[in-house]
Amino acid sequence: MVDIGKGAGDAGSSDDLPLVVLESVNKHFGELHVLKDIDLSVNRGEVVVIIGPSGGGKSTLCRSINRLEPIDGGTIRIDGKKLPEEGRDLARLRADVGMVFQSFNLFAHKTILENVTLGPMKVRKVGKAEAEKHAMELLERVGIGTQAGKYPAQLSGGQQQRAAIARALAMRPKVMLFDEPTSALDPEMVKEVLDVMTDLAQEGMTMIVVTHEMGFARRAAQKVVFMADGQIVEESTPDEFFTNARTDRAKDFLSKILTH
Amino acid sequence: MNWDVLLDFSPFSKNWDAVLQSFWATIKLSLMTGILSLALGTLLVSMRVSPTPVLRAFGTFYVNTFRNTPLTLILLFASFGVGDTLGLNKVLNTYWLAVFGMSAYTAAFVCEALRSGINTVPLGQAEAARAIGLTFTQSLRMIILPQAFRSSVAPLGSVLIAMMKNTTVALVAGYVEMAAQMKQMFEEDGATLPIFLGFAVGFMVLTLPSGLLVSWLSKRLAVAR
Repeated sequence: MVDIGKGAGDAGSSDDLPLVVLESVNKHFGELHVLKDIDLSVNRGEVVVIIGPSGGGKSTLCRSINRLEPIDGGTIRIDGKKLPEEGRDLARLRADVGMVFQSFNLFAHKTILENVTLGPMKVRKVGKAEAEKHAMELLERVGIGTQAGKYPAQLSGGQQQRAAIARALAMRPKVMLFDEPTSALDPEMVKEVLDVMTDLAQEGMTMIVVTHEMGFARRAAQKVVFMADGQIVEESTPDEFFTNARTDRAKDFLSKILTH
Repeated sequence: MNWDVLLDFSPFSKNWDAVLQSFWATIKLSLMTGILSLALGTLLVSMRVSPTPVLRAFGTFYVNTFRNTPLTLILLFASFGVGDTLGLNKVLNTYWLAVFGMSAYTAAFVCEALRSGINTVPLGQAEAARAIGLTFTQSLRMIILPQAFRSSVAPLGSVLIAMMKNTTVALVAGYVEMAAQMKQMFEEDGATLPIFLGFAVGFMVLTLPSGLLVSWLSKRLAVAR
């Protein structure tokens, strides 16, 4: 079993406190109120799936957790620490928060191995040999060890996304954010990425996943958050949500996606 | 009409040393200007895309000023303003005054060529770089600029080839390169076709291979996406 690391800077933090806490978070895009008084807390080792209709603010919420989207009001705490403004402190925090994007966003001019080792070497100041060893373990683990020397454009979408997951894991993050990680993939490649994510969840990684994959939500999540129109409409266990949704909005959404 | 004079190649053999010297002077000026303007242009483009408004404003101001001022004016100012009036001609000879004037001007174009290259790098890669904890400077240096350089090889090449030809303006700053040498030979031996053709070919010897090198490099270095 490869050590995925549960955070480099865990010393001194209390294990019973939630790892990620959002309190009355608000965000506007001009006139549009995209996040309305969001309260959410994610415990250590918990897998939270955020689902809901497009334009409901799911991605914005996910991106605000490592401040790729700055918020207008409220607070976001990660491991007890308030999210810093721009600058070195923010960069340090981002190193502890892994992020996987819909469009992979691998560095196109670097090989897969270089993509994975860059962060550890330049941000964590890990030596090259050690970074490459850890990177190869991670690449083997996500099933693309043989592709290490290739460039991103030479890989399939599914392979690229698995490389992107390895790149995020290489930082030994405390929490992983997934922003629609399978939405840009051909159908036959969705499974290979979801399998990697399911493994990760079973190993106890804290994960916040924006997705339309209901199967993954049922299988791997402890909590489902249903978002619509910038608000958290419903928050419950997957079982309860999929079999017995409380709100009409959620029932309506489920009826549309589950009946075909 | 005296056709003999118009086809007389003898001025070249007579002034061969001076011609070679001027050829070398053009190369020296082009090389140093190329290096300095690439460095300054990179610095300027870093300012233009930086998150700090003051730096962005300065970068924009610089580019707008130098890109929209004729090179002749800049070189005259370098020679007379900086050289004579400020008295810097005691420490800087005409070569360095020309280099600085040319570099200040060319850097504005290098900056804009690079900025077009930066625009070809998907925004997502900058986000991914920030997401793994790289600072702005690190992501610019390691992720954005290397790809921007590769995709702007062709426009950068055009800027540098234009710069080589622009070195001819350095004669107004008192620097003797090929155009100054040609002018002198025109004055001494009459403006003949061979003198003109000789210097024109002299420039093509520099610019044509540069153009070929640029096309080869831009294919070689293209980033597959």
